[in-house]
Amino acid sequence: MDRFTKDEIHPKIIQKLLEDSDITIDDALENEMVLNMGPQHPATHGVLRLVLKLDGETVIGCVPDVGYLHRGYEKMAENMSYHEFIPHTDRLDYISPTANNVAWVMAVEKLAGVEVPVRAQYIRMIIAELARIASHLVAIGSFAMDVGALTVFLWTFREREKIMDIWDIVCGARFTNSYTRIGGVANDMQPEAIALIKKFLEGIDNNLIECEKLLNTNRIFIERLDGVGVISKEDALSYGYTGPNLRATGVDFDLRRAVPYLQYDKIDFRIPTFTEGDCLARYFVRTDEIRESAKIVRQCLQLMPSGEIKANLPKRVLPNKAEVYTKMEELILDFMLINFGINPPVGEIYHAIEGSKGELGFYLVSDGKGNPWKCKIRSPSFIHIQSLPHLVKGRMISDVVAIIGSIDPIMGEADK
Amino acid sequence: MELKEIIIQKLNEHFPDAGFEFSEYINEFNIKLDKKFIQPVCKFLKEDSELEFLLCEDITAVDWARRKKRFTVVYHIFTLKHNYRLVLKCDVEEDDCNIDSVTSVWRTSNWQERECYDMYGIKFNNHPDMRRIYMPEDFEYYPLRKEFPLMGIPGSLSLPKK
Amino acid sequence: MGLEAKLSGDGFFVTQLEAIINWARKNSVYPMPMGISCCAIEMMAAADPRYDIARFGSEVMRFSPRQCDLMIVAGTVTYKMSHVVRKIYDQMPDPKWVIAMGACTSTGGMYRSYSVVQGIDQFLPVDVYVAGCPPRPDNLLNALIHIQNKIGNTRAKEFQNKKRLELNVIQNN
Repeated sequence: MDRFTKDEIHPKIIQKLLEDSDITIDDALENEMVLNMGPQHPATHGVLRLVLKLDGETVIGCVPDVGYLHRGYEKMAENMSYHEFIPHTDRLDYISPTANNVAWVMAVEKLAGVEVPVRAQYIRMIIAELARIASHLVAIGSFAMDVGALTVFLWTFREREKIMDIWDIVCGARFTNSYTRIGGVANDMQPEAIALIKKFLEGIDNNLIECEKLLNTNRIFIERLDGVGVISKEDALSYGYTGPNLRATGVDFDLRRAVPYLQYDKIDFRIPTFTEGDCLARYFVRTDEIRESAKIVRQCLQLMPSGEIKANLPKRVLPNKAEVYTKMEELILDFMLINFGINPPVGEIYHAIEGSKGELGFYLVSDGKGNPWKCKIRSPSFIHIQSLPHLVKGRMISDVVAIIGSIDPIMGEADK
Repeated sequence: MELKEIIIQKLNEHFPDAGFEFSEYINEFNIKLDKKFIQPVCKFLKEDSELEFLLCEDITAVDWARRKKRFTVVYHIFTLKHNYRLVLKCDVEEDDCNIDSVTSVWRTSNWQERECYDMYGIKFNNHPDMRRIYMPEDFEYYPLRKEFPLMGIPGSLSLPKK
Repeated sequence: MGLEAKLSGDGFFVTQLEAIINWARKNSVYPMPMGISCCAIEMMAAADPRYDIARFGSEVMRFSPRQCDLMIVAGTVTYKMSHVVRKIYDQMPDPKWVIAMGACTSTGGMYRSYSVVQGIDQFLPVDVYVAGCPPRPDNLLNALIHIQNKIGNTRAKEFQNKKRLELNVIQNN
């Protein structure tokens, strides 16, 4: 940011610059400009808009502008039943849809007091961890693409396609799953799906190492990220960081360990932390988390008991489709649940899980009717984008791209 | 002594006239207080060495439509030291629709308060940048208020010419 | 192939200029990936090795509207975003085509709410609508084939200076 002073430059040059009719500035050495980045920009991961104030190529100020994908989720949630909102949660953080499904139904179950069978809890853990792997794969791939390594993107997407195949068999949709139901999951996990998961887990370690080989020894990649976008532990907490971004600053905080939900207290896993807090550390945390998630899925497959996948609470839980078509009782219950909702008791709760980007929470207020009185989505991406001005200040414009990629915002979730 | 009791004791000691109401619902500890005290109480909860509520998870509001005190601003804060979540609530009336900002305590509250203003029209005093965040700057309504229709008000948002 | 057989014989062949321009144009469509939300990920998946959009000559995704002739609007368009979409569309050189990818782009889909435009055809001329929420990548490729057929059947006189005039008006404003 060292600027030339007037004494260091020959007066004739300054005179010439001021005479130039194309330059409309008063001071020849004044070279601040405002650059608009986005909302349609390949590196902003969607429709994030940044207004940057530049001095030459150095960023001296940044104002993020969000809301280009504001779809009014919270208003829509107030106008639909708890079951109806499950498909909408897919589209929040659309890289890891199943994790959002799990977060939503767990919040509703806490509100309505539904206990879920153990097998369903394990299935939920498996799909949530697969979602985390898929999300981090996309994050690493698109992050590498942003800083110029295109091949990694193709390789991580190849791995992600395998997870899409698993979801395709598990629930019949490859992308927007809507797999969970209040009180359990939609259908049991088939042996074909389990075989596919096992096959995927066999390959993931080696394939991840393959991708890492392209990046970890790549001098350009390392030098573009090392020491860029540093945030300290205290600042990160003050900005409300959670998830991989917080763990890259050295805070050992993970909701799976801090407030165990589902069956995470029975699982042995490590929480990867790095202390640097820069872009490179955030990348390393993500690669390590993929390995840990794979480890969790392996344990889940071993520990998963057989049994029911839905709670036996006819007033709250949707009956099986096959029974709806053949039995009178189930047909009536299905009709009542779809038309009037599950009517949880009056109250308000907040429930959060460790989503793939960070803490994904739902704050629900019920007035005893079929649809929520208020639903607030606490989305990690929204919180993380807020810290961008702090991270990019004083960096080059090309670092902005790397920093956005490293904090991995998803605008569907940030804008709601 | 349980953490809950420590919090009750400390708050009563330091803020005798804040009008605290303590309650618990499904393992969540709720504290209702007078809106004038929100900033000092938050500052105290964050800086007290025994509590250290360093993480502000969420700030939002609830529109109760027909109640006399129409809005409730809700704060969810979390302490990493004890892994404990606390809910703070302040009632806000429609005629006097403002509350003190806690931006000086947690920086994350900046955007969350802006979102709350955008959706409910509750003004946060001493906020550094009180603008709309999601809706365009010239939008006149507050979408999450109960009287606002789901499909919006026709003509309130412009489309480009074909 | 027919072309080589012709060349090995007389060394030349006769065709309409229009036909050969269309042939070249339809096999090198440059998409402008207007990725807004969920569908953008499936659009990226269409470019990945499994679905491989390169088979149709459209792997060159250009983020600059000046270099593109096909806009794939992938994702929910809100009122705030609609002005941006239209501005980018206006910057694309003629002739140009538009794919509305996914339910919420085409009709508003599941988002019946105050901030979502109920179908981008309210402010953009759309050539192909793709069903699905989001559509599978194969479905997007199908839409691309439809666009190619449409380009192949275009006559030169349909591109008279009409659109150029419109563009001038916009710039003058």
